[in-house]
This record gives sequence, structure tokens and C-alpha cells, in this order.
Amino acid sequence: MTIWDWSYVWEALPYLSLGAIVTVEATLFGFAIASILGLVFALIRQSRNRYVSTAMAEVVEFIRSTPLLLQVFFIYFVGPEFGMFIPAWIAGVGMLGVHYAAYCSECYRAGIETVDGGQWEACTALNLSPQRSWRAIILPQAIPPIAPALGNYFVGMFKDTPILAAIAIPEMLQRAKNFGGENYRYIEAITMVGFFYLVFSLVASAIVQAVSFWLNRRYHLQ
Amino acid sequence: MNEPRVRLQNAAMYYDALTVLGQPNFPMAQNEKIMNQPMVRFENVTKRYGALTVLDKLNLDISRNERVSIIGPSGSGKTTVLRMLMTLERINDGVIWVNGEPLTHMQRSGRMVPANNRHLRRVRGQIGMVFQHFNLFPHMTALQNCMEAPVSVLGLSKPEAEARAADLLDMVGLGEKKNHFPIQLSGGQKQRVAIARALAMRPKVMLFDEVTSALDPELVGEVLNVIRKLGAEFDLTMLMVTHQMGFAKEFSNRVCFFYGGKIAEQGSPDQLFGDPQNERTRQFLSAVLEAK
Repeated sequence: MTIWDWSYVWEALPYLSLGAIVTVEATLFGFAIASILGLVFALIRQSRNRYVSTAMAEVVEFIRSTPLLLQVFFIYFVGPEFGMFIPAWIAGVGMLGVHYAAYCSECYRAGIETVDGGQWEACTALNLSPQRSWRAIILPQAIPPIAPALGNYFVGMFKDTPILAAIAIPEMLQRAKNFGGENYRYIEAITMVGFFYLVFSLVASAIVQAVSFWLNRRYHLQ
Repeated sequence: MNEPRVRLQNAAMYYDALTVLGQPNFPMAQNEKIMNQPMVRFENVTKRYGALTVLDKLNLDISRNERVSIIGPSGSGKTTVLRMLMTLERINDGVIWVNGEPLTHMQRSGRMVPANNRHLRRVRGQIGMVFQHFNLFPHMTALQNCMEAPVSVLGLSKPEAEARAADLLDMVGLGEKKNHFPIQLSGGQKQRVAIARALAMRPKVMLFDEVTSALDPELVGEVLNVIRKLGAEFDLTMLMVTHQMGFAKEFSNRVCFFYGGKIAEQGSPDQLFGDPQNERTRQFLSAVLEAK
């Protein structure tokens, strides 16, 4: 028996690439949710109302302190017991997004807090509305510096997508396992999947770096 | 070069007066009353940080177009006066009036209640402020810094705001640098942009909070020159906290010496610098002048 058989590679390729599409889609949708919802969390956290901001902090803490897999199970398996029937794809990608939103919100918070307090004072002195202050003054200074950290979560989320397999979403790693099981031959499929994860992560890191460089240049934050 | 510039503020006020007077049955007396009000009035204003009383029952009237300098040792509450007037700090007691109208309070069914955000925004629109550390928006050019608020707050169109901003940047001598970002400007240039940015909102009152303290000594003059120019060309009530005694003496109509959260002494510059009555004032002035 050969260690590496190319015929298995060609046979697995179309099957695995379907899974790769699912994985990439889940990452992109999930991250879209995480980055937007994370910002919303962070802004609610900044609320002047102490109860609102504390409640938000607790929710974020709660999400970060329980495993993603458990949260996915809760939505997908426990939900129906309360009449909440959510398709696997929406439950999986949604929960991935919400889970990472909690992490991203901490990131945004760090960025917001590094903006000099004098900027807020200038906004008040110029009579800008709070909405305009956030949008035009504070966030353009808060986000570029944290772009690399957000990018890390992007890559991290990509590597967490195999969790979707637990609720029967045929993502890439799951397909590799199935392929291996059907053919009593795992090495090619698992290696191919590993290789794909590696390539995607490297490409994603490069994109993140380029984006954060561009953002910092765009907003002249040196 | 030295041609008198159009008195923007004056023209606007004149226009306002015309429209008001053009309306039939406008009560003249009331208009007179407003015009005779002090531009800014602090009435028994108290500010505390926890147990520390920073300002203790401050009473201070500033007339229209008056230039008042505030001096005093650090911790005497002088910057707090400006910050309260800009609504950057809430006051604990008393009332601040701007142009005959309460700033910190509003009328609700005949009673004075603490002002809500809407009221604060409306009244503080008459006030502009320049900060010690400039607080320019680093991600915007000088021009964009001066356009942001006129567009988003006053609702000017982009070309209008741009013309206004370019005009003001010319006035502070930075017409050439209008497309530079703050990081590309010297401290003195940044502060002049900050002055132009505040003026773009056409305030009636300008607050200067130690505007030359963060500057290298050789850059102080260019900023003071711009302030002199404002005094000559605009109708502005100016309130400045400063360590530049020479400038305070030359430029202001009145100097207030703060000590321990109170006005220990106030008077004309000649009187306060030439013949101080209060022992604290004498000590402070001799310490400051000795250091020079």
C-alpha cells in the first residue's frame, strides 16, 4: 500500500471543494455578522445608562464564557423544544457570528477607549450630534488601529467552522471525514483539507494586513 | 493687507436685527433688554469633584464684546470656568446665562429645571472653544476640520462651508496649508486651524483655554497675533485662561485673578498688574514675573 495515492486526491477534490465553499461562505457570513453586531455591542456598552451598559457587559461575558459548540447545540437542539425551529445553516452561521461578535466587541471597545478624550470635547464644542460624533470623528479613529485584531478573529472563526459539522452542515472537514470513512483511506482527504485551511489562513492574514494598512493610511493615523 | 475685513459677526447681527424689527408689533423693549444683558453670566455657580470644591459660588458677568482674561495658580478653578460654560462639565449649583438665556437650566411650566441635551445644544451653539492641546480631528485635513461642523450642524452646503473654511484659514494665515493633515502642521499652525474651526461656527463667545501652553516658545507669537486679529476684526466676546501675562495685559479689558475657587481680585489690566490690592495676587504676579 502506497503512503500517498494521487488517484484518491483527484477523486476527493470535487467532493471536498463543495465543502470548501460551505466553509468559506460560513466564514464570510459569520464574520459579517460578528463585525457589525460586535460594533453594536460595543456601542451599547458605551451607553451613558449604567444599567444598559452593565447588562451588555454581562451578555458579552456570558457568550465568551461558554463554548461555541454548546451555544450552537442550544439554538439548534434546544430551540425546537420551545417552538424555535431554525434551519441548521442559519443557526450555525448565526451563532458563529454572535459568538465572535462578543469577542469583536471587546476589540472595538479597546479601540474606542484609545481615542483621546479631547476628541469628544471638540465634538461638544462644535456642537456635533452624538451620532455624527461617533460616525465622523470617533469610529474613524477607533477602528483602523484594531483592524489587525479583528482580522485575527476572522482567521480564528475560519478555523472554528468545523463546529458546524456537529449540526449536520457538510463543511469541508466533515466531508473529508466522510470521504475517508467511505474509502477506508483518510490520509489524502485530511491532508488536502489541512492544506486548504493553511492556504486560506495565510491569504486571509495577508488581506487583513493590507486592509489595516490601507485603513490607517486612509485616515492618516500614521 | 491691513484693509478692514468684513465684520462677519456684525453683519449677521445687523441682519438679524433688521428681520426682527421688520416684524410688526415686535416688542422693542424686549430687544433692548436682551441687548443690555451681559453676554455671559455666572450666578452663584458651584462645582465640586467629590469632596473638593473647585468653584465656590462664582458670580461673574461678562459684557458683549468684552475680553476677559483669567489668571491664577494651577488648581484655582480657572479652566473649569471655561469648561462649564462649554458644557463639558456639569455644575452642581447655580445658573449660567448666555445672552440673556439660561444655559444650564430651562423653563418648564414656569419652573427652572436642569437643561436637557436639546436645550444645551441649542444654547451652546453661541459658544466656541479653543483647547490647550488643539483637539483637531487627525483624520481630516485643515479644511475638512473647519467644514465638518458647519455642514453637519449648521446645514451649510459643501461649497458654502468650503468657502467659509477657506476664508477663515486665509485669515489665520494658513490658506496654503488647507489640504494638510494635522500631523503635517506645527503646533502653532494646528492651534490656528483650531481657531479657524471654532470661528466657522460663527460663535458669539470664544473661549481660549491656555491656547499657547502646549506650544514651543517661538510659536506662541503667531497664535497670539491671530487672537489680536480676531479682537480687531470680529465682534466677539472672549474669555481666556492664560499664562501669558503680557498678552493678558495688552489684550484684555478685564483680568480676573482666581484663587482657591473664587475670584480673589479683578479689575482693568493696568490696575491688576500695576497696583494689585490682594496679597495673593501680589504673590502670584511676583512669582510669575520672577520666573520670566
